Amino acid sequence: MSPHGNPDAPASSATEINREAPNASPKVEAAPEAGPAVDHHDRSTWGLWEVFVRSSRGLSHVHAGSLHAPDAAMALRNARDLYTRRNEGVSIWVVPADAIAASDPDSKGSFFESPQGKDYRHATYYTKSEGVKHL
Amino acid sequence: MSTPEATETTGHGDISTGVAGGDSNASATRITPGNALRPEDIALEVKTGLVKPTEDIAEYALRLGDDALILAQRLGHWISRAPELEEDIALGNIALDQLGHARSFLTYAGAAWDKSEDDLAYFRREHEFRSVQLFEQPNGDFAATIARQFVVSYYQYELYRRLTESTDATLAAIAAKAVKEVDYHRDHSAQWILRLAGGTEESRTRMIHGLRLMWPYVNELFQDDDLTQRLAQAGAAVAPSSLREDFDRLIADVLNEAELEVPDVPAAPGGGRYGKHSEYLGYILAEMQVLAREHPGASW
Repeated sequence: MSPHGNPDAPASSATEINREAPNASPKVEAAPEAGPAVDHHDRSTWGLWEVFVRSSRGLSHVHAGSLHAPDAAMALRNARDLYTRRNEGVSIWVVPADAIAASDPDSKGSFFESPQGKDYRHATYYTKSEGVKHL
Repeated sequence: MSTPEATETTGHGDISTGVAGGDSNASATRITPGNALRPEDIALEVKTGLVKPTEDIAEYALRLGDDALILAQRLGHWISRAPELEEDIALGNIALDQLGHARSFLTYAGAAWDKSEDDLAYFRREHEFRSVQLFEQPNGDFAATIARQFVVSYYQYELYRRLTESTDATLAAIAAKAVKEVDYHRDHSAQWILRLAGGTEESRTRMIHGLRLMWPYVNELFQDDDLTQRLAQAGAAVAPSSLREDFDRLIADVLNEAELEVPDVPAAPGGGRYGKHSEYLGYILAEMQVLAREHPGASW
């Protein structure tokens, strides 16, 4: 995988949780539930797009905000005009907002709190053995 | 336009913040001022006596500065009035780009006559402005503005592209900064020409009408005169007529793709370069200049 993630095969947080805590039965929902998905071919309204900006080489794209645009080409241009006016970026991704699956805010406990208290997952939990170099 | 204090700025302030600083409360993206030629840099060179244009060069810079200034004022009127918020900002960005070019050209031109950019922008009268008439044409509807942007950006791109090779170092430097920005303006207008022409019947009708409104003023952009001929021979300026062929070819590419035709309309008489303007410029100047004239010397 490329250092900045492959947009075609994103590393999903859901599979991450599944692998580490098989019994947690996480609830994954295609958020947002409010309102029907925006039809990107509908000419009467512009669809919602999420914008990700990379501020410099070597850093990852970071979610910067959202915008409206009639198509992907214009979404990129609008993103350039809205989110890189102060020299913020060297690369932009735009994604239709309804193409993003998000974790359910209500299942925070089962989804995200399991790693708490599991100190042994951090390197600092372990004491360095004698004679080990380069640690 | 700048305040007197701003023209004395000597370097870029460090306003960087965000991820690189490691502040978790900062914006997700990092902002920096970048590093490019600013009007203040030219003002500083003028002030320290590093550059001083000849009378001819100053007159030429005044023409290009006035074009950009009047267009910036026109485009600024779209702020809060564009069809969508996103387009509002796109047009505002283009207006600010043009204002930046205007400030650079006027600062440089003013050096010949011991005048500041503000003196030239706010304290000249209508017949002293040297912009061609296309730039002062009313915004009309969105399609008319796009038609004007289409002509302007393709003209300015060809002009600035060549002006980067000017024997006058300051003109070349201003053009080098401007040409990248104008390249984006070309893309912006071409994208909209395609979408409006290929959108609904209504948008197509308006696009065709917008092009017809602006086309009479195209000829004036490419007229040579004694000044441009003298400067072009010296390698300092670009002969306007030399831009026509590339302009015609490139706009034809976009119009063909949009299945539009070059409007068949007679050319307007022109004369903007000699202070002859259409009835619109006076109103633009009244609005643009009123504050500076009410409070001369005020800074804000």
